[in-house]
Amino acid sequence: MTTAIIDYGSGNLRSVAKAFERATSDVGVGGDVVVTDKAEQVAAADRIVLPGVGAFADCRAGLFAVPGMTDALEAAVIKNGRPFLGICVGMQLLAKVGFEHGEHTGLGWVDGEVVELTPGDLKVPHMGWNNLTIRAPDHPVLAGINTGDHAYFVHSFELRCANDRDVLATTEYGDTLVAAAGHDNVFGTQFHPEKSQAIGLRLIANFLQWKP
Amino acid sequence: MDIKAPNLIKGIHLEGLRVVGDPREHAQRYYAAGADELLYIDIVASLYERNTIGDLVRYTAENVFIPLTVGGGVRSLGDVEGLLKDGADKVAINTAATKNPDLVRDVSRRFGSQCMVLGIEGKRRGDGTWEALRDNGREHTGLDAVEWARQCEDLGAGEILLTSVDQEGTRRGFDVDLCRAVSQAVSIPVIISGGMGTTQHLVDVVKSGKADAVAVADALHYDRISMDAMRDAAAQSDIHMRSS
Repeated sequence: MTTAIIDYGSGNLRSVAKAFERATSDVGVGGDVVVTDKAEQVAAADRIVLPGVGAFADCRAGLFAVPGMTDALEAAVIKNGRPFLGICVGMQLLAKVGFEHGEHTGLGWVDGEVVELTPGDLKVPHMGWNNLTIRAPDHPVLAGINTGDHAYFVHSFELRCANDRDVLATTEYGDTLVAAAGHDNVFGTQFHPEKSQAIGLRLIANFLQWKP
Repeated sequence: MDIKAPNLIKGIHLEGLRVVGDPREHAQRYYAAGADELLYIDIVASLYERNTIGDLVRYTAENVFIPLTVGGGVRSLGDVEGLLKDGADKVAINTAATKNPDLVRDVSRRFGSQCMVLGIEGKRRGDGTWEALRDNGREHTGLDAVEWARQCEDLGAGEILLTSVDQEGTRRGFDVDLCRAVSQAVSIPVIISGGMGTTQHLVDVVKSGKADAVAVADALHYDRISMDAMRDAAAQSDIHMRSS
């Protein structure tokens, strides 16, 4: 089994790769974790991870600039139903549209938009550990993760889902924010599982064993 | 965690540097005890030392799955890229930013604001303001610490690591006034450092000083205060902390 972590010039991939390697050995699922900027490797992977830090527009531009990458993603995830995990901006890119630094289309796999946080008196970015409220306790990727558990967040924009059923977990920061979203074989987290200690490694392990 | 590779060290007032131990062991211990983030500052930061802290950063990225900030001697986009590739999540920049403020903008544009932590070493002046020092508090800049914080927020800094030169190593509590002044001047999170002697100091600097996070060094290095004791004190004062 191969898990492909997509390298499109966004952020710290080593943390993500090391957390996946640790989770892979913890649960004994075996298989390889590859960090790749090659569309062919993504097309051939059994599981696909799209990380992302920084701004929606930059990440979107970086991802769409990799030759063949969006076609490979469409084929692997939408046509062939391979398990997909988007992290932070990698989750936000699932939206139809994002409004950071102008208006930009996303992958459009989740009906919704990415808008700026407006948490009143609270600081932006929303940076640090915050509690999760699990909306989909039976979701296999959230197995063993409970309401009240803490995860690590860093973001200035949020995903707003058009369909409430796509919201799988939330967190409170001035308002109720989407912490995890998805449907079918697509899963995304606003928080960073690779930086969320035991809870994060658990989520990654769940994803590695997920058979949607 | 102040690093003089390969050791975890601690500056002791009037005594210079003391070796605390192996930073890898301390990092693992703090991770297991529920630290929210780790912070490494390379206090020597020559090119040779940079290579050595790289080993520590790589080791940490493989074993510790919480955010890691690395600072000390970061001067260029290339330095930042190298540390990120080793496995740091954020870099803290102080001296180089005071010499070339554009570096703050360039780092935040290239790697994102979330990665650009501004280090400020604040020292009280006679008139109730603070000067931002550099080079581990050895050199003057003439910059007003609060103004400097505001300027760097505009340039794209995503977080501020604020150390009180006056309180550092005293165990007499944080500089609550400095923390409040900076925290209220900016909308980005402020981590306060320098002076933790009791759990009440932590409560005071969060409640009165509006600190978003508290950095603790020798209280943990020498097992003077446990993280459980900090969590208990925070909980009793309605401060939100992660349960471990």
